[in-house]
Amino acid sequence: MDLILQLLFTGIGIGSVYALVALGFVLIFRAANVVNFAQGEFSMVAAFLMVVFAVDLGWPYWLSILLTLGGMALLGALFNLGVYYPLRHRTYLPVIISTIGASIFLANTTLALYGPQPQVLPPVFEGQGFLVGPVFLDSQYLLIIAVTAALVAFQYWFFEHTLVGKKLQATSQDKEMAALLGIPVAGMIMLTFVYSAVLGGIAGILVAPVLFVSIQMGATIALKAFAATIIGGFGDVAGAIVGGLALGVIETFGAAYVSVPYKDAFAFIVLVIFLVLRPQGLFGERVAEKA
Amino acid sequence: MTSPPAKPAAPRRFPLGSLLYAAAAAGAVALAATTPLNGYLLNILMQAATYSVAVIGLTVVLGLCGQINLAQAAFFGLGAYAVGLGTVDAGISFWLCLPVGMLLAAGLGAVLGASTLRLGGHYLAMVTISFQQILTLVLTNWIPVTHGPDGVPGIRRPPLFADGQSYLALCVAVLALVGYAVWRMPKTRLGRAMRAVRDNELAAGVAGINVYRTKVAAFALGALLAGLGGGLFAGGFTYISPDQFSFAESVVFLTMALLGGVGSPVGAVIGTGLLILIPEWLRFLKEIPGLYLAIYGLAVILIVVFMPDGIWGFLGDQVRRLRRRRPAPPPAGDLVLEQAAGTGAPVLEVEELSKHFGGLKAVDAVSFAVARGGIHALIGPNGSGKTTTLNVLSGLYTPTGGRVRLEGRDITHRSPHARAAAGIGRTFQNIRLFRSMSALENVVIGAERPDNALVARDRAALEARAREALAFVGLEGRADEPVASFSYGHQRLIEIARALAGNPVLLLLDEPAAGLNSSEKNALTVLLRRMAAKGLTILIIDHDMTLVSDVANHITVLNFGRRIADGLTAGVLREPAVIEAYLGEAEGPATGLKTDLAPA
Repeated sequence: MDLILQLLFTGIGIGSVYALVALGFVLIFRAANVVNFAQGEFSMVAAFLMVVFAVDLGWPYWLSILLTLGGMALLGALFNLGVYYPLRHRTYLPVIISTIGASIFLANTTLALYGPQPQVLPPVFEGQGFLVGPVFLDSQYLLIIAVTAALVAFQYWFFEHTLVGKKLQATSQDKEMAALLGIPVAGMIMLTFVYSAVLGGIAGILVAPVLFVSIQMGATIALKAFAATIIGGFGDVAGAIVGGLALGVIETFGAAYVSVPYKDAFAFIVLVIFLVLRPQGLFGERVAEKA
Repeated sequence: MTSPPAKPAAPRRFPLGSLLYAAAAAGAVALAATTPLNGYLLNILMQAATYSVAVIGLTVVLGLCGQINLAQAAFFGLGAYAVGLGTVDAGISFWLCLPVGMLLAAGLGAVLGASTLRLGGHYLAMVTISFQQILTLVLTNWIPVTHGPDGVPGIRRPPLFADGQSYLALCVAVLALVGYAVWRMPKTRLGRAMRAVRDNELAAGVAGINVYRTKVAAFALGALLAGLGGGLFAGGFTYISPDQFSFAESVVFLTMALLGGVGSPVGAVIGTGLLILIPEWLRFLKEIPGLYLAIYGLAVILIVVFMPDGIWGFLGDQVRRLRRRRPAPPPAGDLVLEQAAGTGAPVLEVEELSKHFGGLKAVDAVSFAVARGGIHALIGPNGSGKTTTLNVLSGLYTPTGGRVRLEGRDITHRSPHARAAAGIGRTFQNIRLFRSMSALENVVIGAERPDNALVARDRAALEARAREALAFVGLEGRADEPVASFSYGHQRLIEIARALAGNPVLLLLDEPAAGLNSSEKNALTVLLRRMAAKGLTILIIDHDMTLVSDVANHITVLNFGRRIADGLTAGVLREPAVIEAYLGEAEGPATGLKTDLAPA
């Protein structure tokens, strides 16, 4: 029982990271109708930027975080201009291929610049954590869960209670109509890419101290986050969060009770089960195209 | 049943292209077998030949069918490991291992495709990436079977092809055969179906193509070719290890296909050759890990943005411009539309049909029957449920309740292509043609409708039938032009011709007059009468009351998803409920007859 609670805590912690990246997926999908396969690389790049600023250069943690998030905002903007914008009037396939190209480009440029050795980023807090009853609450995991909860709350407030949020919603629902109403659609999509890159960056910064900072982390996280969006229901914000948490828990239990080397395979198995039995996910996406 | 009238046979074209191809292929095989090559060159050519086979697999999946596959290296690896483990550990003949590996790849491809291809393309991309990662995990960790990261050394080639030179000749010969098959594929029934699916899935479905099965077939075929290439690769290099079949290699395959051009196997060979040779010339790139893959990633983006059809697609356009026009085909005969003898029973019976979207009752317990022959119109104000009804009838929506019977057979739960097979043809309000094809090819797909007993399945008969249908709508002279070069009104006529070529039992027309100018509308009226004169049964939706009252002999009126009137044209248009639905209040009878009452 103690072990189960412990695993549950760890699972929710790691699942929060998947949820954050999944949220980035969903936001870009809704705004631009694009599945961004480089979403995981945003986390990877942010983790490496943190290593550069906080470890290699030895700058203060808070400054490193600010610089990294600024860098992610810039990356999101460049990504929009270079990868999405030239293809915005084409079908989904060229756009998918283009984001895959970007993902490969980002991962391997990082590899070329930084080499294949995995890096270590120290956690935010010095203290290791504390015991609550039999369960050890790791401080980094607590931070991940707290930041995720805060971001979800912020996003809800932003989309539902600010004018920019409403404009973003209008853009994602009907671009033509939004443009006719005077909403700068291209600007709104730009904002979405920037925000999603920052979101992915935050996930990367949070997860870096838990995992090794490696070139492969982007692809791994993207795969999990994508599985999370399918479990939750593609394009659904609540679904991304629930799916991410569920996947983190499933994976943690799978690694503990079934097999460690195949830990990364559980996401795939869950994904296929959902694809076959309930492709619309827990919360459902309208799949049909209108005739 | 009368037999179709005899037609003058189309002149068979001299297969010049095929003969040239055979000569070039034979030359290449002979060259590979006899030219003395050093080991380095031999390896490069071996790699190019075997990779090309796998990249041609992507030509089928991505180029012809428009489905993404990011696990081509995994399928390549399955073929390679089948040959490697089979010949080394099990001591089985190469000739047995090779097809086993191909079938394994095709089988897994089919399973993967079958679980995902009903969904959007992004699912497929992610699932294939996942599969790729899993296979790498298994190859690396399942050491008792796969030898793990050490790989499989000492793979044996078949006895006749034991030395490198003759084995290379074998690989080139296989490549030539595969290339030929895929080169001819777009003109086959399956290839045409794949292109139709790529261009427009909905239209492909209602034209009688089983969209899902076509996609799974393309996917399995692509995997099969990867397995073949991989098996040859294992024999060629006699040593394999998991890192040769990683996600990075899948990316390399994709880049090769995109660079050369996914539209043709020639593009696949060009792309493969370039991307194998260029890194050899630029060896220093490989010294920094990641650099050459980073360049590949960048190349993918640049190709997609600036050269979407690849090198061969670009060159091919120039060649096509120089090519002479084909001789004119023989004049098309009269279009035959064969209808079953009138038994008096209705062609279509709709009983209590409902379609709800959440709480919205778009169609609410609607019943009507369409009698054989003549034009039946389904009208109603905007939002009355007309198009929803049509979409339920053609199988694009599943009904919430009720029954649909075509010629007495219950088709309520059939898929769009099965309904097309049963005899329902349709057009769309927003035109859905196969954009990459000529007008003729579009209509040939219509003529290929399953269970269309009127037309033989050979190419000449299908094309003759398609020309008849195009002649019927007055576009015979421009049959070979791409559909994009036709005006909006003419595209609509091509869509009608596509449906007519299938000799439908019932033709559903979804607002055919929408967007047409007045002279085009008059021409449409005449066309509708000519179709009806051939005994065809038509169910038409339109807002244009002039058109409807001119051509329809029976009208069903819907409002807010419910049937409010049904009967002969003149009577229905005089009913107060109908006039009220259209004008908001009951005015004098018959005033609406000659004006266009369509709400904006």
